Amino acid sequence: MRYETVIGLEVHTELATKSKIFCGCATKFGGAPNTQVCPVCSGMPGTLPVLNRAVVDCAIRAGLALNCEITRNNKFDRKNYFYPDLPKAYQVSQLYAPICTDGWLEVAAEDGGTKRVSIREIHMEEDAGKLVHDDWEDASLADYNRCGTALLEIVTQPDFRAASEVVDYIEKLKAILEYTGVSDCKMQEGSLRADINLSVRPVGAKELGTRTEMKNINSLRAIARAIEAETARQIELIEDGGRVVQETRRWDDSAGESCSMRAKEDAQDYRYFPEPDLPPIEITDAQIAEIRASLPELPQAKRRRYMEELGLPEYDTGILTGSVYLMRLFEETCAACGDPKEAANWIMGEVLGQLKLTQTLPENMIFAPASLGKLILLLRGNVINRGTAKKVFQKVFAENVDPEQYVKEHNLALMTDGGAIRSALEGVLAANEKSVNEYRGGKAQAFQYLIGQGMRALRGQAPAQEVTRLLKELLDD
Amino acid sequence: MAHNHNAEPVGAACKPPVTPHTPASTAITSLTALQLAAKLQARELTVAQALDAYYAVIEELEPKYNCYIHLCREHAYARAADIQPRIDAGEIRSALAGVPIAVKDLICTKGIPTTCASRMLADFIPPYDATVIEKINAADMIVLGKTNMDEFAMGSTTETSYFGPTRNPRDPAHVPGGSSGGSAAALAAMEAPIALGTDTGGSIRQPSAYCGVTGLKPTYGAVSRYGAVAYASSLDQIGPMGRDAADCAALFEIIAGQDPRDSTSMAPPAAFDADAALAKGVKGLRIGLPEAYFGEGLQPEAARAVLAAREVFVSLGAEAESFALPMTEYAVPTYYIIACAEACSNLSRYDGIKYGHSAEAANTLRETYILSRGEGFGMEVKRRIMLGNFVLSSGYFDAYYKKALQAKRMIQQAFAGAFEKYDLILGPVTPACAPKAGESLADPLKMYLSDIYTVMVNLAGLPAISLPCGTNARGLPIGLQLIGRPFEEGTLFAAARAYQTGAFA
Repeated sequence: MRYETVIGLEVHTELATKSKIFCGCATKFGGAPNTQVCPVCSGMPGTLPVLNRAVVDCAIRAGLALNCEITRNNKFDRKNYFYPDLPKAYQVSQLYAPICTDGWLEVAAEDGGTKRVSIREIHMEEDAGKLVHDDWEDASLADYNRCGTALLEIVTQPDFRAASEVVDYIEKLKAILEYTGVSDCKMQEGSLRADINLSVRPVGAKELGTRTEMKNINSLRAIARAIEAETARQIELIEDGGRVVQETRRWDDSAGESCSMRAKEDAQDYRYFPEPDLPPIEITDAQIAEIRASLPELPQAKRRRYMEELGLPEYDTGILTGSVYLMRLFEETCAACGDPKEAANWIMGEVLGQLKLTQTLPENMIFAPASLGKLILLLRGNVINRGTAKKVFQKVFAENVDPEQYVKEHNLALMTDGGAIRSALEGVLAANEKSVNEYRGGKAQAFQYLIGQGMRALRGQAPAQEVTRLLKELLDD
Repeated sequence: MAHNHNAEPVGAACKPPVTPHTPASTAITSLTALQLAAKLQARELTVAQALDAYYAVIEELEPKYNCYIHLCREHAYARAADIQPRIDAGEIRSALAGVPIAVKDLICTKGIPTTCASRMLADFIPPYDATVIEKINAADMIVLGKTNMDEFAMGSTTETSYFGPTRNPRDPAHVPGGSSGGSAAALAAMEAPIALGTDTGGSIRQPSAYCGVTGLKPTYGAVSRYGAVAYASSLDQIGPMGRDAADCAALFEIIAGQDPRDSTSMAPPAAFDADAALAKGVKGLRIGLPEAYFGEGLQPEAARAVLAAREVFVSLGAEAESFALPMTEYAVPTYYIIACAEACSNLSRYDGIKYGHSAEAANTLRETYILSRGEGFGMEVKRRIMLGNFVLSSGYFDAYYKKALQAKRMIQQAFAGAFEKYDLILGPVTPACAPKAGESLADPLKMYLSDIYTVMVNLAGLPAISLPCGTNARGLPIGLQLIGRPFEEGTLFAAARAYQTGAFA
């Protein structure tokens, strides 16, 4: 029998706000344990939350970019459960009135076309801390730095049918969140993580199968692998005459398999109720209009424009707009050199090449974005040749050198003295009489050989066009 | 200062505390807070002398009444040394500058233990001050000590305290009421001139009534809750307790106001001015008496005293009539559902991990939770946590919690309707005078039902004042309750003041 996989997604993304959702503590990643905490975010008895309005603005930005309705009268609710990383033993979240509802995002469908994935809701909530296991002491230690960091949970309908659709959705979502400044989406720092709800059913069936949930997966590769493995596990179970149980499973990416965490019967009753410490937040039409007007050009629109206005190939525009960091590099390079095609070629070639070679993510590129534009100008102005430009770019990429300064300091500029080039070429012709005669006898390859010899004599520091022109001139005399 | 202190507070008409004090101390501790402040300003007394007098009385009476959980002498004398030069220089920061104050032990005080009368927080020393503490410090008042209470403010008798019960100074065989029983008893025993309490379902008003003192439950949002350890967040309010309305008004002026750290606090339509409020009087005020507040269950002695108070107001120029206040019968269940639901969540943080007592014997995470909470909380707290978890559980949420929220809204509407016709609502605080110690905890349901006249006010978010209006045959105080429109504490103080200066003039 053929099966269809049905997947719904809950993506948690940490907001890029400088301070936490209910207090003034910093949200910077990587601080020493428990240095970014205060009485409020550590749940000290008697403290109260005060909503950071920047979080609401971020949520509205995300909602508008994802075509959502914005809830005008927002409320928070408490989700109650005990866990050592949650010092209040409840998480302030939104159950009854999430800030955004009924949105969608267009993704590449598995069958080759495109499809709209429905976004059921986006709600605001606070993150928990982190438990670190100390093997030496055989103890778990709690780091509350992350406690109270603002999160958005973006929940889709069960609209995905394949891992590729999920991956494309997350990539597009990530780009939108980055473009709108909602999140920096650093997956390896846990600022974007996904819960996967997955079931299978015979192709053509109307009813959904029993679903399982896999929580907190934080890389695209792991998400794709988890989906493939869980699909296979469920199909095998059914084929063997078994039944899928509704449960939460933990995905172990290194083992490439998931294991059961808890069954539905053991599911916690979160005893949600309205958060009495936070009054409702009214969002006005004017506020929404203002935020809508401030939204940047989003990836989809940018991509269309790159194709139509700049005449770039579809594949390239996908790459260039897929990451806000590559997009910004592209636009700054264009602005600096005024040549979108050349800028795109450099990014698609050298920049992606270096990223791959050095295993670097676009967000971690260190060089000044204007440097690539400067380099292209040096090349176009015949100050350096393409080979030198590529070498200089490696330095730009690795050490953030300024290309102009680097070329000057290392004497890489091409010779501009026509007389010097001419006399060097005369020397080459005198030393290669045989080839000169062959050329004059009609053998075209001899010319290539002579150019090679000429470039060598000039140590590659003469513009190739100039060398070609002068050589021809000398030979045809 | 324009206050008139000729009249004795009505509480003084009750049976005085049994133990005689040393005359020198008594001369100081029998003053109202404003009278004491006047003497400090006139430099007839020093702040340290005031502290000496209070600590002498406290030392003498504490074995008998147990009003305090913790005294902070060192802190108090250090503050006195800081404040005295300002008073000497004529820099008077508030109407109560230099006056010591007793603070209920669930209001966080930096560096001073804040136990909530629970084993759970027996060792908790907050690293910060509650907003009200910052305000009383800025007003140059001095925390004398932290007063006893029902554990986590859950109870009506101050008998559920981990640190032992407080006795009623009017008659030590009786309870002082609760949960702010330590603050009320400290005032009645002259162990403090003024105090802070909190009121979630009557916890300021009921002990004030039982001990014969005056206490205000402010409008929800009028006083910052930041730093008050939460029992039921949507109902809790910090309020002033004193020997008379004038003292309470002076303290309310100091502690009231919107606080950026408490999102549920609100700016009043106009800033509260104690002197202006007290001077208003009651002439022309329309007073409504809810029929349901005078029905079955109200002791005849209490009914007579409260109705006599009505006549005092009429004689002072107010109009009074009875009216039907709907929803009264739903008040107690609505209150206990909402309060317990919020409490079970608010008290979850005491899990033995970060806050609160942590069981030594626990070997696993689960045991840490179970044993720490099992050992750390007393019976009444456990009862309310279980009740709260029950009403929030899936399958019961709609039937209980959601219904209670609907009832709360209807209670608010019922009051809003009444306030279209009346400026004040007058009634009893409790159905009867202070019960004997040990009687209430045996029958918690009966104890809950005695909250009938106070809990509606919290559900509706209204201000209400409790003041003494006589005694029963055994000399125990009877309380009168006046309920006002949101942010009209001024009207309550005006009426209470008129009553206290006019009734026995």
